[in-house]
Amino acid sequence: MRHLLSVADLGPDGIEEVLRLTDNFVEVSARAIPRVPALRGKTVVSLFYEDSTRTRLSFETAAKRLNADTMNFSVSSSSVNKGESVRDTVTTIAAMGVDAIVVRHSSAGVPWQVARWTDAAVLNAGDGWHEHPTQALLDCYTIRERRGSLAGLRVAIVGDVKHSRVARSNVLAFSLLGADVTLVAPPTLLPPSLAGWPVAVSHDLDDVLPKADVVYLLRMQRERQTEALLPSLREYTALYGLTRDRAKLLGDDTIVMHPGPMNRGVEIAAEVADLPGAVITRQVANGVAVRMAVLFLILGSGGDLGG
Amino acid sequence: MDAEDLRRAITRIAHEIVEHNQGLAGCVLIGLQTGGVPLSGRLAEALKQIEGVDVPIGTLDVAFYRDDIGLRPVLPEAVTDIPFELTGKAVVLVDDVLFTGRTVRAALDALNDYGRPRSVQLAVMIDRGHRELPIRPDYVGKNLPTRRDEMVDVTADGVDVGTMEKRAAQR
Amino acid sequence: MAADIVLRGGAVVDATGGRRADVLVHDGVVTAVDGDLEAPASALVLDAGGCVVAPGLVDLHAHLRQPGREEAETVESGSRAAALGGYTALVAMPNTDPPIDSAAVVREVLELGAGACCDVRVAGAITKGRRGEELAPMGEMAALGVRIFTDDGNGVQDARLMRRAFEYSSALGVLLAQHCEDDELAEGGHMHEGEWSSRLGIPGIPVEAEAMMVARDVALAELTGAPVHFLHLSTAMAIAMVRAAKAADLPVTAEATPHHFTLTDEAVASYDPLFKVNPPLRPRADIDAVKAALADGTIDAIATDHAPHPQEAKELPFDQAPPGMLGLETALALAIDELDLPLERVLALLSWQPAHIAGLAGQHGGPIAEGAAANLCVIDADARWVVEPERLASRSRNTPYAGRKLTGKVRHTVLRGEPVVVDGEAQR
Repeated sequence: MRHLLSVADLGPDGIEEVLRLTDNFVEVSARAIPRVPALRGKTVVSLFYEDSTRTRLSFETAAKRLNADTMNFSVSSSSVNKGESVRDTVTTIAAMGVDAIVVRHSSAGVPWQVARWTDAAVLNAGDGWHEHPTQALLDCYTIRERRGSLAGLRVAIVGDVKHSRVARSNVLAFSLLGADVTLVAPPTLLPPSLAGWPVAVSHDLDDVLPKADVVYLLRMQRERQTEALLPSLREYTALYGLTRDRAKLLGDDTIVMHPGPMNRGVEIAAEVADLPGAVITRQVANGVAVRMAVLFLILGSGGDLGG
Repeated sequence: MDAEDLRRAITRIAHEIVEHNQGLAGCVLIGLQTGGVPLSGRLAEALKQIEGVDVPIGTLDVAFYRDDIGLRPVLPEAVTDIPFELTGKAVVLVDDVLFTGRTVRAALDALNDYGRPRSVQLAVMIDRGHRELPIRPDYVGKNLPTRRDEMVDVTADGVDVGTMEKRAAQR
Repeated sequence: MAADIVLRGGAVVDATGGRRADVLVHDGVVTAVDGDLEAPASALVLDAGGCVVAPGLVDLHAHLRQPGREEAETVESGSRAAALGGYTALVAMPNTDPPIDSAAVVREVLELGAGACCDVRVAGAITKGRRGEELAPMGEMAALGVRIFTDDGNGVQDARLMRRAFEYSSALGVLLAQHCEDDELAEGGHMHEGEWSSRLGIPGIPVEAEAMMVARDVALAELTGAPVHFLHLSTAMAIAMVRAAKAADLPVTAEATPHHFTLTDEAVASYDPLFKVNPPLRPRADIDAVKAALADGTIDAIATDHAPHPQEAKELPFDQAPPGMLGLETALALAIDELDLPLERVLALLSWQPAHIAGLAGQHGGPIAEGAAANLCVIDADARWVVEPERLASRSRNTPYAGRKLTGKVRHTVLRGEPVVVDGEAQR
C-alpha cells in the first residue's frame, strides 16, 4: 500500500492488519520511553488546510514516536494565504525530500489530487465531507478493545451523516469488519442517496438505543440550522441528542463514542460523556497508536497491504 | 541434532547460566520472537528443576529496531511482553539461531528502551557463524558450520539444516 | 481569388442522402458534383478516397473565452480547433469578460473572427452583464446579425423577466436559448446529486434543477409564442418535457453535448476536475435518455459546450475548480463511436439541424449541390486515433478523453471555398 486515502483501499484484511499492528504500538506507547527507531531518517509533513489541532498533533506525535522527522505546513504559517496552489505547495514540499504527506483539506478529494502530484506517500487526514480513514481505524480499534471483535455488533451512527467524513469512513470500516450499521438522523442530514451503503436507516433514536452495542454520536455543527436543515439545535437535541434521560435506554455494556470535539448539551449530555460506557478519551489515546501503525505500514514495513 | 540432543543442550545451558550468575538472583529470561520464545520457556523449566526458582520470562519483538526497515517486509510477529522491571536485572536474551548478529543488535537497542539491566547475556541453541557485527553468545547449544544460503530450523523435534529450495519443497 | 478545389474520390452525404461523387469548388461555391470530375489543371486536388464529403459541421455552443480569458482560448485558437473538428461555423457564447451584451462587444468578436478558420457567429446575452436583472439591447445586437441570445453559464432565474425577454425577442425574429438550471436548487452543487455524490461527499445538483427551468420555459414559450432552444440537456426528466412540448407543437428545440452521452458521474470518483462540467455528468439512465432523444429527434442537435480552462484552474480542489471541458476536436468521433446511429443521422445532428437552429441554413449545412456555399468537411469515418491533449489546437488541455481511442477523423475542411484543414493539419 503506497497511500492511505480511503478505508476502502484497505479492505477487511488491511484493516485487520492495521489493528493487529496497533497492538504493538499501544505497547510502545505505554512504556516509559514511548519511542522506537523504526522510521529513523524518514520525514513526515503535515499539510493542513483546515484547522485541526487534534488530528495534526496525533499524527505528529505518532511520527515522532517512530523517530521520523516531522514538518508542519499549516495554513496560518505558510504561503497558502498568499494564494499558492495546492500543487505548487506539494511540489515545494516534495523538493525538500519528504517521505509522507499527511493532508487535511476542506474539499473532498484533495488527497487524491496530491497523490497524483508527488512520489511521497499520501495519508488522508480528512477531506471535506468525504473520508477520515485513520479516525475510522482508531474507532474500530477502540471498539475491538472493549468487545474483542466488530462482527455482529449493532452500531448506531447518530447525527449529521450528510456532512460527515467520519461517518463515511466508519460506515465502510464497520461494515467491512462485519458490524450491522444503522444511521439515525433527520432526513435532511442524510446523504441524498444511500444506494450501495450497507446500512439501515432510522429516525427514532429511542427505538435504536436499547438494541445498540455501540452508539456513535457525530458532531452537530451550529450552522446547520441556518441552512434550513434543522428548525433549531434545541429540536435536534430533543429528537436526536443523547440526553441524560435517553441514556437510561442504553444497555449495560453499550459503548458510547464521539470523534470530538464534543458539543456537550447538543448531541451529547455532559453527564453522558462521562459515563463508564463512554470511551471518548480511549479513542484519542488509540489515535496515536493507530497512526503509528499506519505510518509504519506505509513507510517502514516494506510490505504490501490492502489493495 | 534430534529432540534428545536438544533437551541435553538446554539442561547444560541452564547449568551454565546458574554457574555464571552464581545462582538465579536477579536473573530474567527474554525470548526473542519468534524462535527464542519456546526455547526461553524450556530453559525456565530446566532452571526450575535445578534451582527450584521461577525465573521471570518476557518476550521481545525487535521489528521496530531492525536496521533493514524499508529494505524488506518487516512486520512484528507479536506484541512485546516484558511484565517486569529490567533495571538492575541480569537479562538472558534467548534465541534459536545466531547468524549475522543483527537481530541481537536490534534486541540490545530495544532493551535499552525498557530499562538499564545490570548485564545482558546471550543464549542461543545454534551458532551458525557468518557474523556481521561484533557479537558473541555466552551460552551455545551447538556450533554448526553452514553455508550462507542455507537455512537452519530449530523445532521441538530437533534442528534441521537445508536450503531455501528444500524448505519450500517441505511446505 | 482562391484556387479551385477538387474533393476527389469520396462519398457525398448530406440531407438529401448519399452518393459517390467528386466535388468541384470554385470561388467559394460548389460548381460541380459528379461521379468523375475533370479537374482544372490549376486546381488543388484533395484526396477524399474512402471518406465522406459532408456539409461542414455547425456548433451551437462554444466558449471562445475572448475577450477577457485569452489564456484559456482565443477566437483564433478556438476556431482552429473547430476547423480540425470538421466545423465550418460555430456560435460563440457570451460569457466573456466583458460579456457579449452590447453591440460593441458583438462587433469586437465578429472582427476577431473575420480571418479565423471557421465562420464565427456570436450569441448575445439576454440580460445586461448576464446578471438576470435587466434586458440587454437585443435589437441592437440583432441588427449586427446576432440570431441567438442566452445568458449561458447561468439560467435566467426570474420568470417574469424571462417572459418579457420572450415577448421582446419575438419581434426581432431571434431565438432565446436557455441554460436550464434553477440556482436555488443547484446552490453549492458541484456534480450530479445521487449515489456517487453521496459516496464522494461532494454536494450535488439534483436533476430537478434542470427540469424545473425546462418546465417553466416550455410554459413561457406557450404563453408568448416565442421559440426557445434548450442548451445542453442532460436529464431524462427534462428530455421527457421537451418530448411532450414537441408533441404539442410548441416551438421548442434542444441540444445535447457529447460528454452527456459518453461519460457518467462515476468518473468523478477520480476527483479530477477534468470531469467537472455544468450540467454535471449524469448516471447511465440519463445517458441512455440523451441517446434515445438524439435518435428519435427529441433533441435536434449535438453541441460541444467547448469550455477551455487553463491547467491551474483544473488543478484546484474539485469544489473550487470551474466547470467545463474541451469538445470541438472530439465531438464528431464521439458521436460516431457512442451513438448507435448511421453516419447520415450523426451528420444531421452535427451539421444541418444545428445550422437551421442558428439561422445559418443558407450558408452552412445545406445539400452539396451546384451553387451551394462551399463550407465542407471530409471525414474518414473509419480512422482510429488516440486523443493526446498536447496535440489539440485549443489553447487549453482540459479534455476528459486523454488516451481514449476514437473512431472517425476529419481529413479536410473547406471554409468559403478555401482549404482550412488539409490532411488533418490546420492551414491557418
